[in-house]
Amino acid sequence: MKNFIKSSRLTLAFCIVLSVLYIGVLWLFGQVFSPGKGNAETVTLNGEVVGAANVGQLFTQDIYFWGRPSAADYQADASSGSNMGPTNPKHLATVEARIDTLLAHHPYLQREDIPAEMVTASGSGLDPHITPRCAEVQIRRVAEARGLTEESVRQIVEEHTEQPLWGLFGTEKVNVLKLNVALDESAQQN
Amino acid sequence: MNTEILGVVAQIILLVALSFPLGRYIAKVYRGEKVWSDFLRPVEKFIFRFSGIRPDEEMDWKQFLKALLTVNLFWFIWGFVLLVAQGYLPLNPDGNLGQTAHQAFNTCISFMVNCNEQHYSGESHMTYLTQLFVVMLFQFVTAATGMAAMAGVMKALSEKTTQTIGNFWRYMVLSVTRILLPISLALGFLLIVQGTPMTFDGKMEITTLEGEIQQVSQGPAAAIIPIKQLGTNGGGYYSTNASHPLENPTFLTNMAECWAILILPMSMALAFGYYTRRRKLGYSIYGVMLFAFLLGAVVNVGNEMGGNPRIDTMGIAQDNGAMEGKEVRIGAIATGFWSVVTTVTSNGSVNGMHDSMMPLSGFVEMLNMQINTWFGGVGVGWLNYFTFLIIAVFISGLMVGRTPEFLGHKVEAREMKIASIVALLHPLLILGGTALAAYLYVHAPQFVASEGGWLNNEGFHGLSEMFYEFTSVAANNGSGFEGLGDNTWFWNIACGIVLIFGRFLPIIGQVAIAGILAKKRYIPDSSGTLRPDTMTFAVMTFAVIFIIAALAFFPAHALSTIAEYFSC
Repeated sequence: MKNFIKSSRLTLAFCIVLSVLYIGVLWLFGQVFSPGKGNAETVTLNGEVVGAANVGQLFTQDIYFWGRPSAADYQADASSGSNMGPTNPKHLATVEARIDTLLAHHPYLQREDIPAEMVTASGSGLDPHITPRCAEVQIRRVAEARGLTEESVRQIVEEHTEQPLWGLFGTEKVNVLKLNVALDESAQQN
Repeated sequence: MNTEILGVVAQIILLVALSFPLGRYIAKVYRGEKVWSDFLRPVEKFIFRFSGIRPDEEMDWKQFLKALLTVNLFWFIWGFVLLVAQGYLPLNPDGNLGQTAHQAFNTCISFMVNCNEQHYSGESHMTYLTQLFVVMLFQFVTAATGMAAMAGVMKALSEKTTQTIGNFWRYMVLSVTRILLPISLALGFLLIVQGTPMTFDGKMEITTLEGEIQQVSQGPAAAIIPIKQLGTNGGGYYSTNASHPLENPTFLTNMAECWAILILPMSMALAFGYYTRRRKLGYSIYGVMLFAFLLGAVVNVGNEMGGNPRIDTMGIAQDNGAMEGKEVRIGAIATGFWSVVTTVTSNGSVNGMHDSMMPLSGFVEMLNMQINTWFGGVGVGWLNYFTFLIIAVFISGLMVGRTPEFLGHKVEAREMKIASIVALLHPLLILGGTALAAYLYVHAPQFVASEGGWLNNEGFHGLSEMFYEFTSVAANNGSGFEGLGDNTWFWNIACGIVLIFGRFLPIIGQVAIAGILAKKRYIPDSSGTLRPDTMTFAVMTFAVIFIIAALAFFPAHALSTIAEYFSC
C-alpha cells in the first residue's frame, strides 16, 4: 500500500514535470519558432489559405498537377494507407486500373513512361509530394489545358523541384500544392 | 537513389558515433557520478519530496520488483479511467468520445507495457488530454521502467556479493530527468522548426485549391513524437504514424526520428560495459547486436529498393522501389531501413505501411521481433540478451564439463529454469496466439464475420497479418500489418493479455536472476573460468539466440512470409 501511495504521488509529480512543464516549454517554442505559430504551416493564394504545406490534397482537374493515389481520399483527419500486400489481387487490379486512367488522360504516354509511385497509394494517404518524374509526365497535359508552352510549365516545375537535404541525403521531390499555386499565380500575372 | 543510400549510411554513422559517449554518460548517471546534467538535481529533489520517496534507500530484488509492479498497477487504473472518461473531460476541441471498455483495456495496457500498439486512430479516438496525460506520460515513465530494471540488473552484476540492487524509484526518475527529457526537448525543437504542429487548437478547416473542404488534424504532436521514438514506444500521434507528413515532415526529421529510435538501446548496451567496468564484454555484446541488425537492414533495403516483381510485370517504371504504402519525401530505401530499426528495438513506429512491404521484408521484421534482443527496447532489450547469456553460459559450461559461472557467480538450476521459462514464453505466446486466431478464422467464420472479418488480405499474407500482430504484441513492439481489423473484442482482449505476459514475466525473471546471482559467493576469475568477452563466446551466444529464439518460428514463416515470397 505504501508503494501504491508513492506511485500515485509520483505519477502526479511526473504530470507536473512532463505533461505541464515539458509541454509548456515546447508550446512556447512553437509560438515563436514554428513556421505556422504551432499550427500546421499553410500555403496562401491571393492572401487566402488554400492548404497546409505539408498535407497533400486531391487534384483532379486537367489544369493542375496531380498527387499520388490516396487510400484516405486525402482526408486529413483520417490518414490511412491501403495496407494491401504486394501479391494481393485486389491491389494489383487497382494499380492496373490506375494505369488505364492515367493513360486515358495522358494519351501521349507509353506504359513504360509511367512511374510506379504515380499509381501506388502513399503510406499516409496525404503525401504532399511527387517525384520529379511524376511531374514530368504530366507537363504536357497541364500545358495544353492551360494554353501554355511546355517549356514555361517545365520551368515552373524545375523551380519547385526540391533537392535532397544539403544535396546529399534523401529524395528529390516536388510539392504538388506549392507547384499548383505557383501555376495559378503565374496565370494571374499574365 | 544514391542520395537515398547515403542518407541511410549517414544515419548508421551517427548512431554508432554517438552511442559511445552516450553509453558512458548513462553509466555515470546510474552510478551517481558527476555529469554535466547535475544542474537538474532540483527537479529530481522536487519529484522525490513530492512523492515521499527516499532515493538512497537500498532495495533487494523482491522489493525492487514490488515497487515496479505496483506503480504499473496504478498506471493501469489511471489510464483506463481517463480513456473511458475522456469524452467528458477538458482539452477535447474535436469533441471525440470516450473509448469503449475493451478498447480502453487494450490501449491502456498497450501503453503501460511500453508497446504502443494502437487499435485506435489518434485523430478520432483520443483527446488532447489523454494524448498528454496517458499516452505521453506513459511513453516517458514506462521507458524509464525498463531502463530502471536494467540499471538494477547492472548494479547486481557489478558487485562481488550484494543483497541489494539499488533503488527502483531513483533509477526511474533519473532515467526520465537525465536521459529521456533532455534529448526529447532537443528533438522537439527540431520537429517544431521543421513544421510539426505543437498546438491545442482543433482541426484546421481548409478550402483546397479545387474548392473542397479539408479538415487537417493537428494537436501537440511535436511533444509526443520525440519520446515515442526515444523510449522505444512507437505510438504515433496520427494513425499512420511517422509516414504522416505532419508527424515526419522532412527527410531531416526522418533521419532524426530514426536515429532517436535506436540510439538509447545502442547506448544502453554499451552502458552495461562501462557500468560494470567490463568494457570488453560490453563491446562484444554490442558487436553481436550490431552485426545482426545490419544483416536485417541489408535485406530490407535491398528488397524495398528492388520493388514489387508483380508491378514490374505490368510494364511500368519502378525505378524508385516499392512505393505502395510509402512516402516520396522519405523514399523506399529509408523506409526499408526504418522497418528494421523499429523492429530490432521494441519501438514499432513506422514511416511506411509494413503490410504493403515485400514478403522478405515482412519476414525480417517479424524475425527481429521474435528474437527481440538485437538492441531491443530501452533496457528490456538488453535484459533479454542477458537471459540468453545465462543460457549460453550454462550450455557452454556443460560442453566443457565445468560448473557454469557468469561474472564470478555460479549459474545453477534455479536461474537456468527462470531463464528457460523466459526464453520459451515468447514463442509460446506468439505461436499459441496465432494458432488460436487461425483456428477461429477457419472454424468459427460466423464469429470472425461478426468482428468485421479481420483480414484485409487473403492467403499467405492473411496469415502473416495475424502472425505479425501476435509477434508485435508479445515483443511489446506495437507496429502492425495494419490491414488487420484489430479494434474488435477478440483482438483487444487477446492482445491485451499477451502484452501483459510479454512485458512483465521477462522483467520479473531477469531481475530475479540478477538478484539471486548477486547474493551468491563471489568466485574470482581463474585460468579455468569461461570468459564471456571472447569472440568464441560471442559466436556461441549468437548461435544460442538463433537456435532458441529464431528457429521455433520458421514453420509458421514457411506458411506465411516465405510462401508469399515464392508466389510473388
